[in-house]
Amino acid sequence: MELTHYVVLSCILFSVGAATVLLRRNAIIVFMGVELMLNATNLAFVTFGRMHGDLSGQVIAFFVMVVAAAEVVVGLAIIIAIFRARRSVSVDDVDLLKS
Amino acid sequence: MTTDFIEPTIDWAHLAPIIAVLGAGVLGVLVEAFVPARSRRVVQLVVTALGIAAALTAVVVLWPGVQESGGVRIVGGTVLVDPFALAVQAILLVLGIFSLLLFADRSSGDDAFAPAAAAVPGSAYEDLARAQGVRQTEAFPLLLFSLGGMMIFASTSNLLMMFVALEVLSLPLYVLSALARRRRLLSQEAGFKYFLLGAFASAIFLFGVALMYGATASVDLAEIRMSIARGDETAVGGLLMVGLIMVIVGILFKVGAAPFHVWVPDVYQGAPTPVSAFMAACTKAAAFGALVRIVVVVAPTLGIQSAALAQGFEVALWIVAILSMLVGTLVAIPQTDMKRMLGYSAIAHTGFILVGVVGLFLSADIRGFSGLGVRSTLFYLLAYGVATLGAFAAITLVRETTAAPVLTTTAGAGAEGGTAELGGEERKEDVRESTPILGEATHMAQWAGLGRRSPWLAAAYSLFLLSLAGIPLTGGFIAKYTSFQAGIASGATWLAVIGVLTSVVAVFFYVRIIVLFYFTTPDEESTDHAPVKVLGMGGPAGVTVVVCAAAVIFLGVFPSPVLDLVAQAAKFVP
Repeated sequence: MELTHYVVLSCILFSVGAATVLLRRNAIIVFMGVELMLNATNLAFVTFGRMHGDLSGQVIAFFVMVVAAAEVVVGLAIIIAIFRARRSVSVDDVDLLKS
Repeated sequence: MTTDFIEPTIDWAHLAPIIAVLGAGVLGVLVEAFVPARSRRVVQLVVTALGIAAALTAVVVLWPGVQESGGVRIVGGTVLVDPFALAVQAILLVLGIFSLLLFADRSSGDDAFAPAAAAVPGSAYEDLARAQGVRQTEAFPLLLFSLGGMMIFASTSNLLMMFVALEVLSLPLYVLSALARRRRLLSQEAGFKYFLLGAFASAIFLFGVALMYGATASVDLAEIRMSIARGDETAVGGLLMVGLIMVIVGILFKVGAAPFHVWVPDVYQGAPTPVSAFMAACTKAAAFGALVRIVVVVAPTLGIQSAALAQGFEVALWIVAILSMLVGTLVAIPQTDMKRMLGYSAIAHTGFILVGVVGLFLSADIRGFSGLGVRSTLFYLLAYGVATLGAFAAITLVRETTAAPVLTTTAGAGAEGGTAELGGEERKEDVRESTPILGEATHMAQWAGLGRRSPWLAAAYSLFLLSLAGIPLTGGFIAKYTSFQAGIASGATWLAVIGVLTSVVAVFFYVRIIVLFYFTTPDEESTDHAPVKVLGMGGPAGVTVVVCAAAVIFLGVFPSPVLDLVAQAAKFVP
């Protein structure tokens, strides 16, 4: 199978993730969109690594996973704090800060 | 392929500034765990201050050697220690000390951070924690981690390292933004927005890195430059360009340049004021450090290989700079909230700094890059940093209060039922009449007549605003002058003209606030806003105000030593 297909797939996944972030209202779903973007990036790194015959692409994917995990911890903590205070995780309801 | 373990060589001496800051951060986490609550704050403060001071000393000690050798690559080439990196680190550390003072400030009797950040705002648990006088000190290690990430961000040419540093600096900031003691809903909202948009931007940054890796088989800017120079077909093709643009978009988000600025006013307004100050001054310095490095390394070769690509790049930076200046200035005019106004002012200043960066870019392909752009960027970051830190510090001193003195019970009283729950010790009831100090009075109407009520604070704040406006004899003037000078010297004359015009508009809204201080009588009868109490300048925040005011004047009147110093920093590891 052609390796380019994986690159195309990762671009599609990245776009789906980005669209999710921009279009969906539920904070958890938005957050999942961000995670999808990061994982699409991992796929791209691994594929490019394979194409170039270079291991660092795969190593980078591990770094990204660790960073993504740290991001989940911080993100979910903030989302849960918001949910407990307002009983809602809609990004539209969070609008106290408007001039 | 060898199976022997090859021991990596790490040049610890050159890594010292970063290790001092991050090491103190790790130590701070241990302090949280093992030092008893009573003495925790003092220990934390000492650890944090020593960490920053040690790092600053290390930077000063390293400077002459690095200046002479032009810089070294350490840790397998992932960290660069060159004059530019050290200069950015020094700026970050100096601004970090002021931020630390604001973090530690207790002029109002309490610090700026929530006693129980996990508690639901307004819940009984929170009231209890407040009544118990619970105070948290996690903010100090978070500050150090963030500062460490910023230092790495500006001193690496490895894009993976840059991504990790970006996250190390951002994640603590997301948490810190949500930690305010007062107006907690706003603060949580600020943290939430910053987090979602920040995570989105770092994902874009990372995908850009992936594309650049795909195009050149490397994530190191130096090697990427080599493959551009070799004229590899993929390297000068669309893949690399799209990747480069995504990387730069990620960084422009962090500096808060329009059109990636939407988070800035919200987060600056909602976050605890010391955190807003830290973000405004330090994040900008770190992200511009990274941006300058990318431009300096990639731009010259790009210009040689493909003039069209370089030109497209230049146009994109022009648009971002112009948009930032216009949006920041025009939208700041109708603002009524002090912190929000400073947020928009931060966007405008991003535009002004970008003029210097564009200057760097334009001159890059013609005669190597000129030192002017680097000099202007570094000086601007320092001058803007002290002015904005001072302004935020002044905001922490102007507080709301209640109209009439109220009976208050301090420390432990009224919480007998729950003392055991929080594990605090019993304290004596202390009932007395006082005017409680509440949150910051951020509405501009509350600042009317400050000149009469508190002349020194009003004078200092006016000075910061004049510096932000770029009036002569303040650091802001020299900063803008050098920035526009760098722009004009490299042919971006129109950009500089737009910069000057928007500066003139900006003077309007800065001076409007000064007029408010001195020529408007406060409306005592009005009940729209809570009455205001101005705190004394004896605490750390007051010291910050005074020192920043002195620095603003110094940078404005005797700029040459600092300008010479930052001009020497225009050296990069090849």
